[in-house]
Amino acid sequence: MKGKWRWEKRETSSKTVTILVPIFSCVVGLLFAGIFIWVSGKNPLLVYGLMVEGALGSAYGISETVVKAIPLMLTGLAVSLAFRMQLWNIGAEGQFYMGAFGATWAALTFPDWPAYLLLPTMLMLGFVAGGIWGLLPAIPRAYFKVNETITTLLMNYIAILWVDYFVFGPWKDPKGMNFPLTAPFSEGALLPAFGTSRIHVGLILALLIAAIFYYVLQYTKWGFEIRVSGESPRAAHYAGMNHKRNILLVMLISGGIAGIAGMTEVSAITQRLQHGISPGYGYTAIIIAWLARLHPLAIVFVSFLFGGLLVGGFSIQTSGFPAATVAMLQGAILFFVVGGEIFTQYRLTWGGKGER
Amino acid sequence: MQKPHSREDLSYMVEMIGITKRFPGIVANDQISFAVRPGEIHALLGENGAGKSTLMSILTGLYRPDEGEIRLRGQQVHLQSPRDAVQRGIGMVHQHFKLVNSFTVAENILLGLQDGTGEVYQLHEINKKIEACSREYGLQLDPQAKIWQLSVGEQQRAEIIKLLYRGADLLILDEPTAVLTPQEATELYKTLRRMAELGKSVIVISHKLSEVLEHTDAITVLRSGRSVGTVATSGTSEQELTQMMVGRMLCPVLDKANVMPGKPVLTLENVTALGDRGLPALKEVTLTVNGGEILGIAGVAGNGQKELAEVIAGLRAIESGTKWINSVDHTGDTPQAAIHAGVSYIPEDRLGTGLVPNLNAVENILLKMYQKMPGWRINWSQAARDTTAIIKQHDIKIAHLDAPVKMLSGGNLQKLLLGREIFHHPELIVAMYPMRGLDIGAIETIRKLLLEVRAAGKGVLLISEELDELTCMADRIAVFHEGMVMGVVRPQEVTIETIGVMMAGKRMAVAMSGN
Amino acid sequence: MEVSPWIAILATGIVAGIPILLAALGEILAERAGVINLGVEGMMLIGAVVGFMVSLQSNSPWVGLIAAVLAGAMMALIHAFLTITLRANQVVSGLALTIFGTGLSGYLGKSFIGVPLTATFKPVPVPGLSQIPAIGPIFFNHDLLVYIAYGLVALLWFFLFRTRSGLELRAVGENPAAADAAGLNVFLIRYACVIAGGMFAGMAGAYLSLAYAPSWLENMTAGRGWIAVALVIFGVWNPTKAFLGSFFFGTIDVLGFHMQTLGIVVSSFFLKMLPYVFTIAVLIVATRETKTRRVAIPEALGVPYVREER
Repeated sequence: MKGKWRWEKRETSSKTVTILVPIFSCVVGLLFAGIFIWVSGKNPLLVYGLMVEGALGSAYGISETVVKAIPLMLTGLAVSLAFRMQLWNIGAEGQFYMGAFGATWAALTFPDWPAYLLLPTMLMLGFVAGGIWGLLPAIPRAYFKVNETITTLLMNYIAILWVDYFVFGPWKDPKGMNFPLTAPFSEGALLPAFGTSRIHVGLILALLIAAIFYYVLQYTKWGFEIRVSGESPRAAHYAGMNHKRNILLVMLISGGIAGIAGMTEVSAITQRLQHGISPGYGYTAIIIAWLARLHPLAIVFVSFLFGGLLVGGFSIQTSGFPAATVAMLQGAILFFVVGGEIFTQYRLTWGGKGER
Repeated sequence: MQKPHSREDLSYMVEMIGITKRFPGIVANDQISFAVRPGEIHALLGENGAGKSTLMSILTGLYRPDEGEIRLRGQQVHLQSPRDAVQRGIGMVHQHFKLVNSFTVAENILLGLQDGTGEVYQLHEINKKIEACSREYGLQLDPQAKIWQLSVGEQQRAEIIKLLYRGADLLILDEPTAVLTPQEATELYKTLRRMAELGKSVIVISHKLSEVLEHTDAITVLRSGRSVGTVATSGTSEQELTQMMVGRMLCPVLDKANVMPGKPVLTLENVTALGDRGLPALKEVTLTVNGGEILGIAGVAGNGQKELAEVIAGLRAIESGTKWINSVDHTGDTPQAAIHAGVSYIPEDRLGTGLVPNLNAVENILLKMYQKMPGWRINWSQAARDTTAIIKQHDIKIAHLDAPVKMLSGGNLQKLLLGREIFHHPELIVAMYPMRGLDIGAIETIRKLLLEVRAAGKGVLLISEELDELTCMADRIAVFHEGMVMGVVRPQEVTIETIGVMMAGKRMAVAMSGN
Repeated sequence: MEVSPWIAILATGIVAGIPILLAALGEILAERAGVINLGVEGMMLIGAVVGFMVSLQSNSPWVGLIAAVLAGAMMALIHAFLTITLRANQVVSGLALTIFGTGLSGYLGKSFIGVPLTATFKPVPVPGLSQIPAIGPIFFNHDLLVYIAYGLVALLWFFLFRTRSGLELRAVGENPAAADAAGLNVFLIRYACVIAGGMFAGMAGAYLSLAYAPSWLENMTAGRGWIAVALVIFGVWNPTKAFLGSFFFGTIDVLGFHMQTLGIVVSSFFLKMLPYVFTIAVLIVATRETKTRRVAIPEALGVPYVREER
């Protein structure tokens, strides 16, 4: 009898496999992308070496890795909450932009306010603006089941154009030599940083939110509802959970957290609003969330890795590599993460006899 | 259509000799032999898990036997695939029809058909051929109707015509009457008899004794993977078959305590509700469940039972009418309000609605308890305690508390679900097909639990498609047809036939007078 | 004389709709077979950059087009393998495809930004038909790919609704278990449809870089792949309705450029938002329609097929 490879369902889920699969996926993803780098006539090992050096080879590199990890953590947590409920919020990019916009409005409108008043206001407006951007597609999703993947994605384009309108138009800095950016923020609008580095208190905020997420999902009734809704909306309805309300709430919070990421970025890093403030944090967030299997604490860890990837990507640009290299690496990694998932549920066996 | 072999030149259409099939952990078929003659209707009788489906999956080429051989018209064959079996004239009507709902009957028949006609199909020619085929066998069906517009009986006809059109000589039907009224079932057997007269062989998988005794020529009984024997229908009796099937009586004299019916727990008054497609699925339904009583709901599947259960559980909105629970108006209840009012619901879809497959036992127990916990936090230690108690109380076989419940067997799942639902002593239990697909042992446990609820003076609404089940469990039976109550009867006072007539849409008075 | 700006708008609307239409036709194929592919944007970008590069090298837009179609197929093959063989989540796999395609196209195309291309598709008026007043300039005064797209719409409609293979393909998307029981190879059919979908997306990308705006720009699709996915829903998985939809979306898309000629002054940023806003609005309306009327959402859409075994 001829044998045949077949998938066999795992009787129990294996912890080792659950951890090994993402790690293995990253490695294979880099190898896969390496093929394309190699085909284009470059040495992939050299490129990866340069990236590691750029991200971890100096104190500045390490601090920049942490700086990039902050918005990644926040947006990663944001999308992970929505993903928990099987809501495919891929609009974190737009929600990030809107959060930055909301915070900037406060910074530009009340430049004289002291930091203890202005920073909380910016934080709140960042959350509200991002939250509204998340809530808008949630309403048709909750009431008419309109595919939120497409709507959240399309709203990214709208948010980016919205911000562009302001930085190219009404908010453009008259002293900015016609660059698309606003005037620098006043002292009170700047998030404090640690020492002389660019690492700012947004890190504390991100870690705090990660801890809160972990606690809420694990120990509260509402967190339990979110987990059940994600697994089976029918069971959620059956158990008396208000599924529609939870969709709206989750998308509001998801968008809001991504908005906070935008707020910390303009307040601490760029210190003004400008064209193209995000190098695709909202998309990288999707990969981070999936790689961390939506676990809040794992997201913190994975964010540092991807922060390093971004910094490494910037550093190879000076050697003439396109910025898009990083997106290519990220996409390749995600392929293997998604594809590798089957190994957590099935094992591949060689079946000659027995079934079929 | 084509008749390559006349009845005289062979004695058997198919012979299965010494078939053995093992799956990891169990022997599904153990040295089973049986044979079917041309022109014969042959029943394959047995409880769930007796090995009927596996045996037929081997005969239709889905599985290959580990041991044994199959002879078709006297020739040994090795069936490679379902398609191979179809080409050799073996066709099966599965319990879940393999039809594409949005296609017409003709398009479904055309699907995968290799008749040598071209790539671009001419529907009107096929329609004509199908009409001719259905006339020959007395199966009325419009080939241009879409499947979703057809009744279940008509869909079954479409499946049969699909096989006949492909020239099947051996037809296998899996539980064909499970979805039919008794009258439709009789009609089906008439058609099957006609096919047998034209030289075909028919195998009917069933566990309904009365029907098998009435309509078949020979019966093979399977029990836990083995063949108990083959008997001629004319020479056997219900008692003998029961003995062969389970070794004891099917509906044992239940330990049904005499309970005085109490006050109404649930009253529905002229309740109308819409189905998923926006059409009325419940029409002016009025019924009452008293404390200490089991009210059975009889009806062919899809006649409003699901909507009835959901309306009571607050999962479906009431368009008009009133719902009272313990004499309090609960018409506009949310699911949560219904839970708080003491309504427990065992849904048809255990794994997916009643239980969440990927969550563990504790989390699944929590599903109906977390809202009763004080504050906004989850008390995990209490949930674990309750879970352990439920598992112990109902003897649920479970390896790890933190393993996803999808790993559990059907019987253990149902015990876990029912255990959770009665844990907080509900006022009313709505149970939808609670025994479906379970083995004898689990069925008895579930029956016992429901009777305990009744004995405790609470109400039980039992929805079932098994009339035998209802007549031995229920105190009263409400018969549903197209979302309406045809009447409420006491099982001791009427025959199964009367209930059957009501299931087909006759009001109680008419049904009784017709007897 | 007063009608002429409208004819110009509608004529450019047809052209602007073509890349969305081609991509949507491919997505219709994949979704009719039960597989959602949200990687359209990424496949289009790869098609655009490969088409551009090969066209530049070979000096023939046709060779470029064929290369783009093949590149789209290769991209789709990844999605097919992940979702059909490995049963991966179709939404996330599609996103990965888009992210990867965006990155890879940017990586490959870095040195081609701003390079002029002479080997492009140029307008070829259809003799006779292009002379018909209004109809002629709107429909029959374009490059050959536009006419090919018309032909593909008709061909795909005929294939889906009049041939056995089309019937089988739809059965696989509606009820794979039934198709399997009828002896069809569900996996093979799904693979074929996803890959064919990628070919269409590659062609759509090449249309952008070889005909619509002959050049290469990073992210030049600007969300058209996503609009195409929405167009599939708007067109209820029907090629002819998708054609009407693409005309509509294309016209909205170009309306911004023509606003000034119509005497309306709005910031160009808001005009650029129009197609996205319209797509979302249309999606909401179309989804409500498909919910209230019983129309053709493939029943098994997004569900991996696992043959039932014990």
